[in-house]
Amino acid sequence: MSANTPSRLEKVLANGHFAVTTECGPPRGSDLGVITQKAEYVKNHVDAINVTDNQTSVTRLCSLSCCIHLKQLGLEPILQMVTRDRNRIALQSDILGAAAFDIHNILCLSGDHQSFGDHAQGQNVHDLDSMQLIQTARHMRDEGAFLGGDAIQRPPQMFVGAAANPFADPFEIRVPRLAKKVKAGAEFIQTQCIYNLDKFEEWMKGIRDRGLHEEVAILAGLTPFKSAGMARFMKNKVPGMDVPDHVVKRMADQPKEKQPEEGLKICTESMQRLKEIEGVSGFHIMAIEWEQKVPELVEGAGLHPRPEI
Amino acid sequence: MRLGYSPDIKLIRVPCTGKVDLIHILHAMEKGADGVYLVGCLEGDCHFLHGNLRAKKRVQKAQEILNSIGLEGERVQMYNLSSGEGPKFVQYAREMEERIRELGPNPIKKGLSSAA
Amino acid sequence: MIVAEQKPIEEIIQEIQDDHSVLILGCNECVTVCEAGGKKEVAVLASALRMHFMQQGDQKQIEEKTLERQCDSEYLEELRAQVDRYDSVLSLACGAGVQFTAEKYPSTAIYPGVNTKFIGVTEEQGYWTERCQACGQCILAKTGGICPVSRCAKRLLNGPCGGSTQGKCEINPELDCAWQLIIDRLSSLDKLDDYEELVPIKDWSPDRAGGPRKVVREDVTS
Repeated sequence: MSANTPSRLEKVLANGHFAVTTECGPPRGSDLGVITQKAEYVKNHVDAINVTDNQTSVTRLCSLSCCIHLKQLGLEPILQMVTRDRNRIALQSDILGAAAFDIHNILCLSGDHQSFGDHAQGQNVHDLDSMQLIQTARHMRDEGAFLGGDAIQRPPQMFVGAAANPFADPFEIRVPRLAKKVKAGAEFIQTQCIYNLDKFEEWMKGIRDRGLHEEVAILAGLTPFKSAGMARFMKNKVPGMDVPDHVVKRMADQPKEKQPEEGLKICTESMQRLKEIEGVSGFHIMAIEWEQKVPELVEGAGLHPRPEI
Repeated sequence: MRLGYSPDIKLIRVPCTGKVDLIHILHAMEKGADGVYLVGCLEGDCHFLHGNLRAKKRVQKAQEILNSIGLEGERVQMYNLSSGEGPKFVQYAREMEERIRELGPNPIKKGLSSAA
Repeated sequence: MIVAEQKPIEEIIQEIQDDHSVLILGCNECVTVCEAGGKKEVAVLASALRMHFMQQGDQKQIEEKTLERQCDSEYLEELRAQVDRYDSVLSLACGAGVQFTAEKYPSTAIYPGVNTKFIGVTEEQGYWTERCQACGQCILAKTGGICPVSRCAKRLLNGPCGGSTQGKCEINPELDCAWQLIIDRLSSLDKLDDYEELVPIKDWSPDRAGGPRKVVREDVTS
């Protein structure tokens, strides 16, 4: 795999290293200091940082401005974009906005339904879906043109990613769905948080059987539990999440003050096991409002220091 | 048995309470009835399978409509009994009469007379 | 058919309260089938409204009529002889019928009595569900005869999203995931390979995005 863009994440992967990404959620206000703080925690332990785009449909500071801020701090942002809130004009315009600041990574998503958020009465757009946003980003980069056909001056140079949920239903199309994203042009994949490792391995086997792991870099998603309550919430309330009973039990068996430590331990053990799976190219660590623990997890998995590019 | 109930109750016979439509209940109220109640067979014992259950839903709908226009929904009721239960028939009649006496006359009559 | 639902009676009361004579106008087509605005619903609503105003001493004249259709000029003509007798017409037709009635009778106030919901089907009596959003460019041939535009909450053309759980949609556990239905159907037709074909970016200009639409057939115009 050789690099097509100036993306550091792409280069790490192209050089055969195990990649580490994390995410940071923008604040519900205009204080970029929050982003600075989160970046400070993780900057020496990850290759790139996703910035979520109004995740769970709760209105926040925009992903683009936070990505620009990270870039100005000398870090490598991954712009998350959902198709829920913008039509093809706005999506392409924002891709150019990111390109203008040399943001070189994009993650294409459809986005949670607005009924989960703070503006449940709003319209959703979905002019494109996530597959089509992948195609759009690739088209803008590779053809140097807008979807409408006109040429772009200084086209974006973005490493294009997508999400995959190996645990959602129906399971039988989870591999074909990834194949479809690869066909649309996805170059890296960040997966949903993995707690059911057996099922993930089954999915990865399907991926390998079709050789997809050679066409796309798969970063295994992880979220450490802070408490047994969080484990139960993820199990029962988050759509498409697969948390086996034994994991919830393991958290619940600990006294409350020991639970955070246990959560981190489960996460580190998972990383050690996932590292050995053929076709897993890295990790995407989503430590929700717990970014300060990312270094500990990266070190625990033996992935520190990060390669110089 | 010769059990008595109020002569103010006008009896209308129908083959099944399922025959009574929502509009019949509303028209009775509109024409000035103070209350309307249906007496059907016991639930599960309808000769026409579900007639009394349909009637029950229509009564609920009528109550809902009356409440929404500012009339008391309780003026419309559904009762069930088996054909041998004369005393129960009378008990329902008395219960209904008592309810209506408490509520007073249908307010649309008062509205009309004050307008006249 | 077009599926509608009667507005709350309190809202209807607000609409007509200042008028002295009102015609409740039903429609014999879709709204009759979905029991929102046919002859029966006209009678029930008219009776309820009369009772409401009577108890306030308001002798409003509330009359009833149901036309064959409110979306065709020839049936709306039936109203011409009597429409001047009313301050307003409360139409229980869909949004199209309400507007066409208003268009034909510019000097009479026309109010809607129903909320027009969707193009759908009667799954069973009293239970109607959406099937079509009139996007103007049907893609059912590619999706196993199941429409993701109207039946997926995100109208994903390349679904399902990650929120599909046990065949249900993430926004409501009672709602079928359209993409699960599509996949089941493709697999029963032995066409699951079709799933991997990317559905191209859709031209939404034949949808409402392109502005009010029309169909003209020269061969049948008079």
